[in-house]
Amino acid sequence: MDGDFWGQIFNFADYSELLALVQNSIFAGALLGVVGGLIGPFVMTRDLAFAVHGVSELSFAGAAAALLFGVNVVAGSLVGSLAAAILIGLLGAKARERNSIIAVLMPFGLGLGILFLSLYGGRSSNKFGLLTGQIVSVDNPQLLWLIVVSTVVIAALLIMWRPLTFASVDEDVARARGVPVVAISMAFMVLLGLATAVSVQIVGALLVLALLVTPAAAAMRVTASPLLTPILSVIFAVVSVVGGILLALGGALPISPYVTSISFLIYLICRIVGWRRARRGSSARQIARAAAD
Amino acid sequence: MTARAPGTPIVSLKAASLSFGDRQLWHGLDLDVRAGEFVAVLGPNGSGKTSLLKTILGQQKLTSGTIELLGKPVPRGSRMIGYIPQQKLLERGTPLRARDLITLGVDGHRFGLPIPSRAVRARVDDVLEAVGASGYAKVPVSLLSGGEQQRIRVGQSIAAHPRLLLCDEPLLSLDLHHQRTVSELIDEQRRTLGTAVVFVTHDVNPILPFVDTVLYLAGGRFRVGTPDEVLRSEVLSSIYDTPVEVIRTGGRIAVHGTPEGYGVHDHLEHLLPPGVPG
Repeated sequence: MDGDFWGQIFNFADYSELLALVQNSIFAGALLGVVGGLIGPFVMTRDLAFAVHGVSELSFAGAAAALLFGVNVVAGSLVGSLAAAILIGLLGAKARERNSIIAVLMPFGLGLGILFLSLYGGRSSNKFGLLTGQIVSVDNPQLLWLIVVSTVVIAALLIMWRPLTFASVDEDVARARGVPVVAISMAFMVLLGLATAVSVQIVGALLVLALLVTPAAAAMRVTASPLLTPILSVIFAVVSVVGGILLALGGALPISPYVTSISFLIYLICRIVGWRRARRGSSARQIARAAAD
Repeated sequence: MTARAPGTPIVSLKAASLSFGDRQLWHGLDLDVRAGEFVAVLGPNGSGKTSLLKTILGQQKLTSGTIELLGKPVPRGSRMIGYIPQQKLLERGTPLRARDLITLGVDGHRFGLPIPSRAVRARVDDVLEAVGASGYAKVPVSLLSGGEQQRIRVGQSIAAHPRLLLCDEPLLSLDLHHQRTVSELIDEQRRTLGTAVVFVTHDVNPILPFVDTVLYLAGGRFRVGTPDEVLRSEVLSSIYDTPVEVIRTGGRIAVHGTPEGYGVHDHLEHLLPPGVPG
């Protein structure tokens, strides 16, 4: 072995390049974790997990079309997911109607996406990336898009947090108290469309739920506090994405399996913790009630 | 009698009518609800009791006539209104503890983060105390029993000092003990703070001691008056257009003989006709 070989592996110039690339990805991933962690509890309380999946397929179709026509992929993805989110918001006020609309939209979106990808003659890694994630290829113009869209989503969520909570968990009373429930619901669908579109860029259309639903579902297993739920959910989401990126760097595998595995593992732990606590908690409550009677 | 107290009515319906297609729920209804007045809305299912609440909440337009809240056309929901919905147990896993549901009643309409100010927290503590729920303030709402949840609901509805309290069957599925507690809490609110109460119920008995005015709806007709004026055999017979018997025993009211065709007519306690095996 001569120095040339090791020089190829430990090339300082290459390393700094890699580091710069990774920094972008980690930053994008962390930001996305914050978006997913914040929006997740509302996805859960508004019963929109299936909608997230539907929106992400349309987002995939939009991104594939953008790839085919050579325009900005993030923009294409945004158009697709916003169209789907608004459609679902307008047509699906009731859970049952909503689910059937999503079930109709989803294969249509996926089919369109496959059509566009088949017609597209470019690099095949781009194609696969839209479905299963491509974070390591996040470049600067894309990163700017991600930052802008994520910032909009985070800011809007923080501003409307309280009325959104009220409308999500207690719709009838919120409406009676003059909370504009319908407007808030539409605004939320738009935010969900935006959040889904940026998530598709990182983890891919098929795995968006791991970011927008799993962390919140895990948090809600261990706390019922309206403040602690989003905080934990954000931590779980950020740990999943950033941890996934760091683990994936060493090997040649895509990051998605790492992200989804960490996310799932956290959920599993929270379920066990929540289950054990519920057993202890409910017996403590029974004792307290018996003492009060 | 608070029912006849002067001042601007909290809710005022004039010549109000509501129909769905050719089915008329009520027609030519004049009703003023004043501060501190306790109005019970009675009648069989499908007679338009809940629709009346929706009209007051601005969610249902009148077919004709006018309805005003504090002298102005009803808005779509209002900060002036406290609302107790029909009991619907909150889903398991809802990220909300008992005190958080009450907090939403105080500041849920305001934009911003769910970090209550000291004043809001103090108010929520007072309300929890008032409805006797301090003991389970931090328990997730979805783990509370039906009676506990309804207490929290009452707390939520009164937390922001509303001028009007709308109650849609708040006693449904509660046992007698909790029916009494919840009714007393509502009565106390209107007596100490002059909140007007519109209380939709299928059974008047738990609230009979508190009721000033009864609005009885049935088959497109209605009658307004004190319980003694309305809950009488000849009055209900004329509303239902068939002989109906109202029996008062030991402070309770029972109605016997309401006809078929009015939906489930369990609006008051019913007695079986003599001779029919129970």
